[in-house]
Amino acid sequence: MTEPLKIAGASDMPLNLQRTDFISDQEVRWCPGCGDYSILFQVQSVLPKLNIPRENLVFVSGIGCSSRFPYYMNTYGFHTIHGRAPTIATGIKVANPDLSVWVITGDGDGLSIGGNHFIHVMRRNLDVNVLLFNNRIYGLTKGQYSPTSEFGKKTKSSPMGSIERPINPLCVAIASEATFVARSIDVDTKHLAATIERAARHKGVAFIEIYQNCNIFNDGAYKPISDKEVRADNMLYLEHGKPMIFGKDRNKGIRLNGIKPEVVTIGENGVTVDDLLIHDESAEDPTLAYLLTQMNFPNFPVPMGVFRSVSKPTFEDLMAQQIEVATARGRCNLEELLNSGDTWVVE
Amino acid sequence: MSSTAILGNTEERVQELTSVTIRFAGDSGDGMQLTGTQFTNTAALLGNDISTLPDFPAEIRAPQGSLPGVSGFQVNFSSVDIRTPGDEPDVLVAMNPAALKVNLPDLHEGGILIVNENEFTKANLEKAGYTSNPLTDDSLAGYRLIAIPITDLTYNALADMNLTKRNKERCKNFFALGIVFALFDRPLEPTYRWIEQKFGAKPDIAEANRRTLKAGFDYADTTEIFTTHYRVRKANLPPGKYRKITGNEATALGFVTAAELAGRPLFYGSYPITPASDILHELSRLKNFGVKSFQAEDEIAAIGAAIGAAFAGHIGLTGTSGPGVCLKSEAIGLAVMTELPVVIINVQRGGPSTGLPTKTEQADLLQAFYGRNGECPVAVVAPSSPSDCFKMAVEAVRLAVTFMTPVFYLSDGYIANGAEPWRIPQLSELPAIRPVLRQDPTGFLPYERDEQTLARPWAVPGTPGLEHRIGGLEKQHRTGNVSYDPANHDFMVRLRAEKIARIANFIPDATVEGDPEGDLLVVGWGGTYGAIATATEELRRQGYRVSNVHLRYLSPFPRNLGDLLRRFKRVAVAELNLGQLDLLIRGKFLVDTVSINKVAGKPFKVSELVARCKALL
Repeated sequence: MTEPLKIAGASDMPLNLQRTDFISDQEVRWCPGCGDYSILFQVQSVLPKLNIPRENLVFVSGIGCSSRFPYYMNTYGFHTIHGRAPTIATGIKVANPDLSVWVITGDGDGLSIGGNHFIHVMRRNLDVNVLLFNNRIYGLTKGQYSPTSEFGKKTKSSPMGSIERPINPLCVAIASEATFVARSIDVDTKHLAATIERAARHKGVAFIEIYQNCNIFNDGAYKPISDKEVRADNMLYLEHGKPMIFGKDRNKGIRLNGIKPEVVTIGENGVTVDDLLIHDESAEDPTLAYLLTQMNFPNFPVPMGVFRSVSKPTFEDLMAQQIEVATARGRCNLEELLNSGDTWVVE
Repeated sequence: MSSTAILGNTEERVQELTSVTIRFAGDSGDGMQLTGTQFTNTAALLGNDISTLPDFPAEIRAPQGSLPGVSGFQVNFSSVDIRTPGDEPDVLVAMNPAALKVNLPDLHEGGILIVNENEFTKANLEKAGYTSNPLTDDSLAGYRLIAIPITDLTYNALADMNLTKRNKERCKNFFALGIVFALFDRPLEPTYRWIEQKFGAKPDIAEANRRTLKAGFDYADTTEIFTTHYRVRKANLPPGKYRKITGNEATALGFVTAAELAGRPLFYGSYPITPASDILHELSRLKNFGVKSFQAEDEIAAIGAAIGAAFAGHIGLTGTSGPGVCLKSEAIGLAVMTELPVVIINVQRGGPSTGLPTKTEQADLLQAFYGRNGECPVAVVAPSSPSDCFKMAVEAVRLAVTFMTPVFYLSDGYIANGAEPWRIPQLSELPAIRPVLRQDPTGFLPYERDEQTLARPWAVPGTPGLEHRIGGLEKQHRTGNVSYDPANHDFMVRLRAEKIARIANFIPDATVEGDPEGDLLVVGWGGTYGAIATATEELRRQGYRVSNVHLRYLSPFPRNLGDLLRRFKRVAVAELNLGQLDLLIRGKFLVDTVSINKVAGKPFKVSELVARCKALL
């Protein structure tokens, strides 16, 4: 899959930036052992590869544990209000499309209080990277269920179990016409870094759901899929153009049966690699990508990687084009504007 | 006074009048707003002073013929300087029984009443709640009733045209307009030009409208339904080039102008809401000025984007009405904390909640002052008339970028939709706006301050060496780092308040109209200026020692306001709410004021203000 080369804000000259260039002078105040540390480290590791000078980077966040992220980045940053980071990012990006703008949000911030903005920043295809740290709990308010908490989840605000079905962030993103949709996890640092880099190189809105462990209020939420011993069996790494194979022995795969995916074993019942579903992240039709979002543990391995990556004009470019067209027709001078319409003179 | 023209029915063929108020009223689908606007445009082009009051229902098409569906447009035109659309119409055009029922109580005694008698059917009379036909039961004896079969005459005028009945009927407002043009000796050419512009692509519709307009004019001119015609001469306005402008148009032009003066692009984030949407429409058309207009998914996104744009170096502007301000409150607090130049337009309407969407009110003043959590001071300005919207928009931007602060701009439904002549300013008359974008990284601290204004530097992303983080958490003085230190918080709260207070050194003093001392000072703010100034002028003419002061800068108040108040025996605060400015003035100046209120969704009438003031004298 080839991505457009020019990343917003990137320099043409090599900058030779290091990870440490992106570390701010602020002390990181997440709980020891929090998954956020890993994400911060990976973002700081990826940025030098993008060759974007620090002044052209803006990290925008809402409210929540994840949203403290901008304070720890030695770039421009804006810690805004609950759920509204996409709106502030919209203003920044539209004002200056040459900036590389990142939205850092969480499951509560992005999908509950900020759910509306989440939808609209996706459908507009603003060229920003949205990293949603999904720990399936409200951490900063000390442990209430979140919109991604599982049904029946017992928390301080749901002592008898949550009676709400969880929302799937990837489904929302795909339904909202997002042009880049991916999933990764804090503990698989290599995969996380690669996914962040892919997102950053995508022109248009790039959304990553990052499974992130809250070791204080929801410890082990992803343990059944992310533990080293079971990871290979319980995760499916998506690769564009390749058959969907997983498992410690690389002998399991996903086959399409009608419109339903199913798990098969290669070599059993005559199943060969040729029977397996081939991943196509660039498909215009989002059906396959949506189908993959419906694969949940334990019935299926959890897909990781890029679900969808398609190219569409970006919001800020379309706006700039309209202004260009209007200006080409004649950049009105102010005097003309004020004096337009029917006028009369009083002597 | 503007509303007491005596439309005599004399022997003379033509009578000169100083000023006349006409109200066009009909069903909300009858095109009354258009009819009134056309009459206004012609009056303006002839050099009259004008002031208008559109009054329409919130429903786009309320049930036909019903009382809530009545739409009205009042215009006062004059050969002298006027400031209000007139208290009582001298002429009422009522296109159906409901329009008559709703508007007759306002008609001047002995006024001219033109009705479309075709619409006075049994069914329509019932819908309007009439038990007998007022055209025949003598109940209108106190007026000069002129009943004309406008619908029939419109059909007759278009008899040979191949148009649907519906399309023919839609021309009847122009028949009525033609009648009124004849009554006041007005030319048809400006309206012809408008028809050509509007319907040029549909020649038959254009022809039908032209014909109907002419037919109405000829009918009134030749049938001698009016024995007397009236003439209102040019007004003696200050020299200059003029155009007619509504408050919303002037607001849009003002902000574009301010951005040009400041040399920064304008970003406008807005969510459609009555009565502010016209500003979004106007600014969306001005892309050739580089205006970035953004129709957001909701009110919060609209201001969020404006804040983001301000952070990135644009003039951040958002516009709405009261209910939208409620939703923006938290974000306004963020803009206060992050000290970014954002202007919030509130075209106030009747509240609370959804309230009266298309009616005017001034009940959001305390919301602008205090409607946020924490100690959260902002600057507040309020234009005083449709054309003043231009000036105050420029002022709002000047204050926002000079002080790095959110500024509230409180317009209202009355001046937003009302129109008056606007003397087009020369660019050289406009104030300089000189925002400084920080470039030099040496010694840069995001919350260091200008000694005079206490503004922090405007350091926009993309500038090397100024990378910094801002947010809603309390800031440490100078560094801008997150700080929970008690003493720092106390200091910063006072500093933010002091910054707003210092704006008083950068705005004009308040001026008294009338003597600088006397028996009564009437204090007003925003869109009530026309009615208050006209009322106190009238009282002075009658020999009373009454003056008025009108506030366009509210937070902070002009420095001299306290002194002005103390020179009068009594101070009355007149406003379209239950005493919000009154509360602020009492609290700030310890003056025992009297509150003159009205919350009817309508502007003050001059006559009611005169009466209320007299009661205090």
